Amino acid sequence: MSDAGRTSEAAVSRAGWWFIAPALLLIGAFFFLPVLASFLLSVTDFDIYAVADPANARFVGLRNYRGLVQNPVFWTALRNTFYFALVGGPLTVAVSLGAALLVNAKAVRLKGLFRTIYFVPFVTTLVAVAIVWRYLYHPQYGLLNYALGFLGIGPIDWLGDPRWAMPAIILMAAWKNFGYNMLIFIAGLQSIPDELYEAADLDGAGPLRRFRHVTLPTLAPTFFFVGVVTMIGYFQLFAEPYVMTSGGPLRSTTSLVLFMYEEGFRWWRMGAAAAIAFVLFLVIFGWTLLQLRVERRMQRP
Amino acid sequence: MRRGGPGRVLLYLALLAGAALALLPMVWMISASLMKPGEAMTYPPKLFPDEVTFEHYRSVFTTLNMRRYLLNSALIAFTATAVSLVVNSMAGYAFAKLRFRGRDGAFRVLGAGLVIPAQVAMLPLFLLMKQLGLVNTYWGVMIPVFASIFGIFLIRQYATAIPDDLLDAARVDGASELRIYRSIVLPVIAPILATLAIWTFLTTWNDFMWPLIVLSDEAKYTLPVALANLSGEHVQDTELMMAGSVVTVVPVLLAFLALQRYYMRGIMAGSVKG
Amino acid sequence: MTAPRGAAAALLAACAAAALGGCSRPEAGAVTLRFWGMGREGEVVAELARHFERENPGVRVRVQQIPWTAAHEKLLTAHVGDATPDIAQLGNTWIPEFSALDALLPLDSFVTASRTIAPEGYFPGIWKTNVVDGALYGVPWYVDTRVVFYRSDLLDRAGYREFPRTWAEWRAAMERIKSEGLARYAILLPTNEWPQPVILGLQAGSPLLREGGRYGAFSGPEFTRAFEFYAGLFRDGLAPSVTSNQIANIYQEFAAGTYAMLITGPWNIGEFRRRLPARMQDKWATAPVPGPDGPASGVSLAGGASLVIFRRSEHAAEAWRFIEFLSRPEQQREFWRLSGDLPARVEAWGDSALIGDAHARTFWDQLQRVEPLPAVPEIELIVTKVFETGEKVVRGGTPVPRALADLDADVDRILEKRRWLLGRERSEAGRQAAEAR
Repeated sequence: MSDAGRTSEAAVSRAGWWFIAPALLLIGAFFFLPVLASFLLSVTDFDIYAVADPANARFVGLRNYRGLVQNPVFWTALRNTFYFALVGGPLTVAVSLGAALLVNAKAVRLKGLFRTIYFVPFVTTLVAVAIVWRYLYHPQYGLLNYALGFLGIGPIDWLGDPRWAMPAIILMAAWKNFGYNMLIFIAGLQSIPDELYEAADLDGAGPLRRFRHVTLPTLAPTFFFVGVVTMIGYFQLFAEPYVMTSGGPLRSTTSLVLFMYEEGFRWWRMGAAAAIAFVLFLVIFGWTLLQLRVERRMQRP
Repeated sequence: MRRGGPGRVLLYLALLAGAALALLPMVWMISASLMKPGEAMTYPPKLFPDEVTFEHYRSVFTTLNMRRYLLNSALIAFTATAVSLVVNSMAGYAFAKLRFRGRDGAFRVLGAGLVIPAQVAMLPLFLLMKQLGLVNTYWGVMIPVFASIFGIFLIRQYATAIPDDLLDAARVDGASELRIYRSIVLPVIAPILATLAIWTFLTTWNDFMWPLIVLSDEAKYTLPVALANLSGEHVQDTELMMAGSVVTVVPVLLAFLALQRYYMRGIMAGSVKG
Repeated sequence: MTAPRGAAAALLAACAAAALGGCSRPEAGAVTLRFWGMGREGEVVAELARHFERENPGVRVRVQQIPWTAAHEKLLTAHVGDATPDIAQLGNTWIPEFSALDALLPLDSFVTASRTIAPEGYFPGIWKTNVVDGALYGVPWYVDTRVVFYRSDLLDRAGYREFPRTWAEWRAAMERIKSEGLARYAILLPTNEWPQPVILGLQAGSPLLREGGRYGAFSGPEFTRAFEFYAGLFRDGLAPSVTSNQIANIYQEFAAGTYAMLITGPWNIGEFRRRLPARMQDKWATAPVPGPDGPASGVSLAGGASLVIFRRSEHAAEAWRFIEFLSRPEQQREFWRLSGDLPARVEAWGDSALIGDAHARTFWDQLQRVEPLPAVPEIELIVTKVFETGEKVVRGGTPVPRALADLDADVDRILEKRRWLLGRERSEAGRQAAEAR
């Protein structure tokens, strides 16, 4: 390569580093560094006394983790988080797929309008809609119980009954989030070549078999993408229980992140809170690995 | 072509039912905000006010100081969007098109970061902000969102489609990398920039947990934090809270409706390759 | 396609200008005091602050209102983030915690030099809650305790002209109300509130913590007795198992006869007058909380809030002037008129309007028999665990002895750090004493 070529390479290389520098610095200092510090915090008993005087913090090894294991609230939070993610996730994905199929159907005009309408809930501010839904869920005066009354279903104490509080939050989350995944499914559906459908038609397949043998297999990668992204988001449940139920009733809606927030910012038991954060990371990391492995397994012919 | 009449009707019915369900909470929110005090929580519940009143909006902007929170949210969202566009697009382009040592390693580390939930960083980040004297400041709220791994990935994915010859030709002509970025790259990736801008604006406007932690001065509250604060105090005042919710949701909804084409196109384009 | 970005930049500039313009320009030399108030007091103090500002040109008071549900965490977060206000209204049970954190300015020198504030002017039990390790950290602003608010017409119909004075009578009255269908429930005890079970525990003679606040005493006989009484009310359908979030409007439900009794504080005198319909105003009354064995054992919480100055405040002198202002007897009376909160200043009670008010008299009566909570920094967390235990028993069906044993185990764990710090202090003191010899 000529001299000019090599200097140009060096110039490009230098530019490359300058271009990524601001982002890397910001992400390094304000994300990765705190994440590392969090793991360190989790092996100390850093608390409000330590904030006053760091000498009051002690290295305690795995005591925070042992404390979590012995704390029934931790297990409740873990269970609630999985309940929300494992029920809410597939529900949201199913609704998104259904909406995508509806909107994308050939016979439909005004596709853009419906697509936008279905996307509106996703755009709204979570805190604002959580407050609206809190009133919609009112056992006596809320619209939901009123509507259910017409179907002959008795009034449900949505946010006050420990059995129904999490389903109430799941329902609201599905309503709020299905629009985003719907868009991704629409993109996926639109990328299925017409020839595949025509071939199925020629084989005499009905709409259901077309769905099973053409649509679903081609959508599989989209499915997994949507699944992974949705689950990662749902494991981080926080704002809904914070605003609607304060983690109750009877701790039935306390999620891992809400529990972490309480331990860390309400009681300033930062060592314990950091341990919870690490558990959250393990859950998300582990689950994502699992999903990826399953996807890889299913893609083998 | 098996497109029967009844099938079509059913399709439209389903679509309309879905639309009604999607919009009903919003409709009730607006409707209740216009009802007289106490009217929203009655049996049987009403969908529309008997008599429209704007008193709650008056209260919201006078006694509840929402104008201030609106300005805070706007200030933070716009600034964060502007800075993040620059920072993330430069990094995304560099990862896509510029060759330098350690590029792929750095990229993989960033990718690993995608799996780490932001909440893990929040506690030490708060302590770090305290050391920097940034607690309870607008900067404290904004700085952690200036650079986003998701944003970098989004830009990079789009930027990989830029033909190398275009860039090499400019280099041969003696243009600096910065000049190339400004005059060639930016116009080409403009659509994804629009998507990123809207996404950043949306997420910053709607952000709740971090501003909740960082801001203690009520005068600096963003709308979601202020709303959560108010809902604790005014749980009895349904109509007032609905007015507050409307004020929080409407700006970002309008912004979305105005720019939805770019946003939705960007998400859909990004996902097909994903 | 630069239109969105151009528009964004323009809007950004406009908003920045508006935001900066919206900030009030401080007059030269003017001091702005930041005051954090909670609940109704926060709303009311802004009015009082106007008078103060008129008397003290050059000092402005900016009041920020914080809901009680978030107050504790907001104060702690502000302390950690170096973002505390100048003055705050601080519940007196939190004073030990915030003084342990070195967040508060000791006020002894201010008080000695003051002509308006002296310890003798206050309820002694209340003043004591502000003194930690011999130093004064707050000036009592208003006193608070809990009494019973009840539907006098329904109690009348049940055959009780006077409110019951012992636990046995109280239970009988509740059962009567329920059996005669006078109200759906006899008493409302939100399961997410700790004062009710704690008051019952104090009445039964429980110290709540033992050995100088090092261990929990909740599985002791006194607290167990109180807790059985508390849980029994739910079990027998006399109290609904609901949290305060589940009641859309307690005033509406009280007027409608959903429940007949409520244990709550003085702020509700004003709220009941304001929010209950006119036809209900002669149908409610207040009475001291019945004790297990009669009036003398009917103690209640020595609550209330104090005014504190944060160490990091740069306007301690002006902040003290505002505290002195709010502590004047006439201001205490005015505060009572606006908020229904009872003056901490004994002299303010001489107001005929106050003493003439039957409800205020109930509180005066109850204030003669109040007990403070243990003065440990972790007390806020501990009392939260108490109501959570209550929920476990009432709604989860856990038997009382096991729930209380679990509570004690929990509390002991919470206090471990305190035990370690106290142990370290003691060995530190011992070492210094040994060196001095």
